[in-house]
Amino acid sequence: MAGSQWELPPELCCRPMAFVALTGLDVVYNAVHRAIWDAFCANRRADRVPISFKVLPGDHEYPKCRTKRTSYEWYIPKGILKTGWMNKHLNLVPALVVLFYELDWDDPQWKEKQSECATKVEIVRTSLQGRNTKVAVVLIQKKTPLPPGEDLVASERASALCNSCDLSGKSLFVLPHTDHLVGYIIRLENAFYEHAQTYYYTEIRRVKSHKEFLNKTTHQLLFVRHQFKMAFLSELKQDTQNALKYYRAAYSLVHELRAHETNMLEIKTMAGFINYKICRLCFQHNTPLDAIAQFRKHIDLCKKKIGSAELAYEHSAWMSKQFQSFGELFDEAIKLGLTAIQTQNPGFYYQQAACYSQDRKQMAQQLCQAGMTYPSPDPLDTQSGGLDFYGQRPWRQGHQSIDPTDPEKEKMGILALQIKETDVPHSELIIALLSNAVAQFKKYKCPRMKSHLMVQMGEEYYHAKDYTKALKLLDYVMCDYRTERWWPLLTAILTTALRCAYLMASVKDYVIYCMELLGRASTLKEEQKSRIEKNLFKVLMNKVPEAEAECDPASVSAARSLWTDRMALSGSNEVMVDMQDYIPFIQCKARFQSPSFHVDQPIQLQVFLRADCPHPVSFSKLTVSLSNQEYNQWCVAESSGQDSMTLLPGKARCYDFSFVAKTEDVGKKVEMTGVEMMLGSDSGRCVFLSWRGAGGDAASTQEALQASRSSRRWGRGAEARQEPDWDSLTLQHSTMIISRVPKIRVQLCHQPPALTNEMYCISLSVQSQEEDVARDVKLTAGLKPGQEAGLGQSTHVTLDGSSVCDDNAPALLTDVPLGDLKPGEKLEKCVYMKCVSTGPRVFLFHVAYSIDTAVEGRHIVCKCHKVESPYVAGKTCMCVCVCVCVCVQFEPLERVAVDIPFLLMTDVVSSSPCPLLLSSSCLQLQTITSNTPQLQSQLQQVVLQTGECASECFCLRCPPGTSSSNTVATGQYVISWRRKSSGADSPLIQTTVSLPHVILESVPLYVYADLPSFGRVRESLPVRYHIENRTAQVQEVEIAVDPSDAFMFSGLKQPQGRQPDDASIAAA
Amino acid sequence: MLPFTVYFSPDVFFPQNYPLYIRSVPSQNELKFHYTVHTSLDVVEEKVSAVGKSLADQRELYLGLLYPTEDYKVYGYVTNSKVKFVIVVDSSNTSLRDNEIRSMFRKLHNSFTDVMCNPFYNPGDPILSKAFNGIVSGMMVQTS
Repeated sequence: MAGSQWELPPELCCRPMAFVALTGLDVVYNAVHRAIWDAFCANRRADRVPISFKVLPGDHEYPKCRTKRTSYEWYIPKGILKTGWMNKHLNLVPALVVLFYELDWDDPQWKEKQSECATKVEIVRTSLQGRNTKVAVVLIQKKTPLPPGEDLVASERASALCNSCDLSGKSLFVLPHTDHLVGYIIRLENAFYEHAQTYYYTEIRRVKSHKEFLNKTTHQLLFVRHQFKMAFLSELKQDTQNALKYYRAAYSLVHELRAHETNMLEIKTMAGFINYKICRLCFQHNTPLDAIAQFRKHIDLCKKKIGSAELAYEHSAWMSKQFQSFGELFDEAIKLGLTAIQTQNPGFYYQQAACYSQDRKQMAQQLCQAGMTYPSPDPLDTQSGGLDFYGQRPWRQGHQSIDPTDPEKEKMGILALQIKETDVPHSELIIALLSNAVAQFKKYKCPRMKSHLMVQMGEEYYHAKDYTKALKLLDYVMCDYRTERWWPLLTAILTTALRCAYLMASVKDYVIYCMELLGRASTLKEEQKSRIEKNLFKVLMNKVPEAEAECDPASVSAARSLWTDRMALSGSNEVMVDMQDYIPFIQCKARFQSPSFHVDQPIQLQVFLRADCPHPVSFSKLTVSLSNQEYNQWCVAESSGQDSMTLLPGKARCYDFSFVAKTEDVGKKVEMTGVEMMLGSDSGRCVFLSWRGAGGDAASTQEALQASRSSRRWGRGAEARQEPDWDSLTLQHSTMIISRVPKIRVQLCHQPPALTNEMYCISLSVQSQEEDVARDVKLTAGLKPGQEAGLGQSTHVTLDGSSVCDDNAPALLTDVPLGDLKPGEKLEKCVYMKCVSTGPRVFLFHVAYSIDTAVEGRHIVCKCHKVESPYVAGKTCMCVCVCVCVCVQFEPLERVAVDIPFLLMTDVVSSSPCPLLLSSSCLQLQTITSNTPQLQSQLQQVVLQTGECASECFCLRCPPGTSSSNTVATGQYVISWRRKSSGADSPLIQTTVSLPHVILESVPLYVYADLPSFGRVRESLPVRYHIENRTAQVQEVEIAVDPSDAFMFSGLKQPQGRQPDDASIAAA
Repeated sequence: MLPFTVYFSPDVFFPQNYPLYIRSVPSQNELKFHYTVHTSLDVVEEKVSAVGKSLADQRELYLGLLYPTEDYKVYGYVTNSKVKFVIVVDSSNTSLRDNEIRSMFRKLHNSFTDVMCNPFYNPGDPILSKAFNGIVSGMMVQTS
């Protein structure tokens, strides 16, 4: 009841609609009437006129109208607004009473029915005595009416009915009960609405007319009342613009009232009502800025109007309500399409409302002492059970003078109110408002505001003694403040959380908050830290900690017994705390000494610990867990002596661990999965502090970054310090285990470049420098994987150098066993490779072996390997250039004549940097045949140096009968060769060159001369010309011989003859 | 009495918004100011990001009134390197108008630049400079 005192009355918050009463309808037993009623009230959407309908019996008693005052001279108003007024006009006094009556125009008993109807109208009129309420009659008819003017009987009877009922023609309606009921109803409704508007218009005029009777001294309250009434009636009339105008006038009038302690509440209540209406209408008119401005003005005007000091909390309650209801209005407007912004949203109003509620709670706690007895008789009891006027005191209603009438009664009344206030669930109210605000700020991108409000909610839950919820909320926002690094705020939240944890006797939470409050992020003073640390140790020893400061004494004693119970319980005295999420008082940083270790070295890791608390901390165990759990046994430190496991405040301490890696883990990564530290002992309570990975906490990354920045500047200062700089210690959470360094010498000997198709020899020598036998030496040799894609197909590797390998040989030979290698022994091996294409390639020689060795007294078998990657450029061995087809004069031929001998000349140029030995060469002819019976190579055993050229010449002939004017493949030229430096047993390499194609042509006449190889001066030189006809016909030839100056000429000079085919003429 | 808080947070170097310097008069109820300043960063961030989208170069450093509360006015200022300054004043103090606040920010900015120029100052550390403190104290005395 006391909480709802501040709620706005529902009749104020609803949207006022014209009130129309329907009588004469029997909605229970008459189906037709029921259908009519349903058509009125169902489906009232926005497009229908705003009317609220009510079915009332015909003889319903309407509120009595008081006799109208003719003079206000002696009238002293008792208050501003009666509590019942708004409801009266919304729900009790209709603007229009509609009488439904079943009557057809051609009713046989027309006369009787007419007079019955008139009687009914009379009854309604009587009960509305003195009101301006309109009366209308609706005739429910079974027949569809004729168009107006055609039914003479109807118009005559209608006017008769109007006369007998004393109605104007506009107030009589006909409702034919036919198919189009809803259509008729809507038309009726609109007519009713017009009547209602007229009614409210006259009402407004009536209220307005009172004004001239009023005077400013005694009737100030009435000014406000009348403006309010006019505004409200305007709203009923749906004239919101004028309503707003009247409300604004009322608002300024209400502040002109003489305010004193006795009527302060009434003024504020009314101001609040009017303000609510103004803001509501402004939002409705889509002028939100006006609404906000009005609200600000309202708050500024009312902020200081506190009223009675003994009831100061009432003012805060009222203020809170103002903000809350404005927030709700704002929110509602947003739901209807208004856009709010980050700095102006309903959240701020909810937040402020919560703020005033908090004030209210505080003041109530100060003002309302518990243990007072409620006064009797109850001063808050009124005869009617409620108040007559809004905002008045129950014990002095209607009292308007400055001083209270009865001081004793006043005292009792205030006491009663104060006692009622103690029952109010303040925290609930505050939390509800805060959570409203949180929802809003979430929507308008204010994460920090949201966190702040959640902290307040948490604190409120703490005050309401709901510690679980408080902790949940505080815990949720804590990490925001942690990442934002606002230590003072974090400390404040932690302090509240610690209190909650203490009062709940929640051991784990208590330990966590203690640890963080002792840590470096806490801004607590040293003595407080010291107290907290002592408490923490008490918990570790399974004792009850001291109470936190500022806790409620009653709760403390309850908490103490909770703690005692908890301590008495055996078991469950182990607490695991994950440190990474907090900024705890013990910092941990672990690292492997090196990012990689050889398998024959012990792996070393260091754990650095530092305590930030004011007193030394001892712990009992420190373990590091690694990704391979078999190593965990080596990484445990347990307390043996007192000193070794004690951390001094502010000093870092280093713990070293070392272990030997397993040979199976070579090539694998060893990671730290966590560091765990045990505080306390098995006899008391153990707290396991665990860090994931290699330690660090919520703040350490940032600190390391900051340290790296400063060490860049202060590098020299850091060196000078004895201790390692804590912040610049870096974590190394994993290490690679790599194989042992091999102690063998691998040498490769070869003569680059490798020539194409050559069996290129690389000789490998392996010399052991181990002190023990290297067993299982294995060689992997060949093309290094991961090079160009085609190289694998064009490179072949073999160990057999005696013959040229074929294309099936692999590009990489793997794991060729080479046996054991004694200390100092040397082993040699030749590997041959053949490159089919040119281009550079990288080879891989990988020698692996295993050896027994001892690390820290443990024997392990190590596998070692050494890798060599020679770079070999494949090169073309020689350039074979064929100058083809020369005639006898050694001039190049473009075409080859069929059946005429010609010469083929080849040039072999060496482009190899080393001398080459040409073993032989041969021609492999296809179409063309050799002119000489035996083709003998002229290049046998020729040595070519770089750039030298070897030429060869063959006489060839194209056999007759081959189709002429065609290109013909000549054949291939094969050269066998090897490096000159290689031994005689090394295989010969065959290089094949395709000879060019030639174009054939057939010659009709073939002339050739037989000339002696030399002639003597003054002796005759016999020359014989052969002329051959190669065609199938007889040809006529004419031969002319031109003499030369050097020769004398004998014989036929100009022979003429007919040439039969295939005959030859010889001329001498 | 004039509650007055100054606050900086480097954003160029760190994503966090932690205070480099914070001071308030009166010193009681300091926590409340911490919260006020912290929550005002929501508005600062929103304003900075809204400006960043359009015209980053010619940004006005002074952000003006961030948001009004019942009791205080919160003003903001962001340097080009995203260092934020916040001043909170009592809303009943009418002597401080926009221009005064603006010049206070400018003064603070200058002094802050001096602090940053100090080779012994490590950016990101809390500001302990006496000169800076003096400037702030001077402003606080002046305005109260």
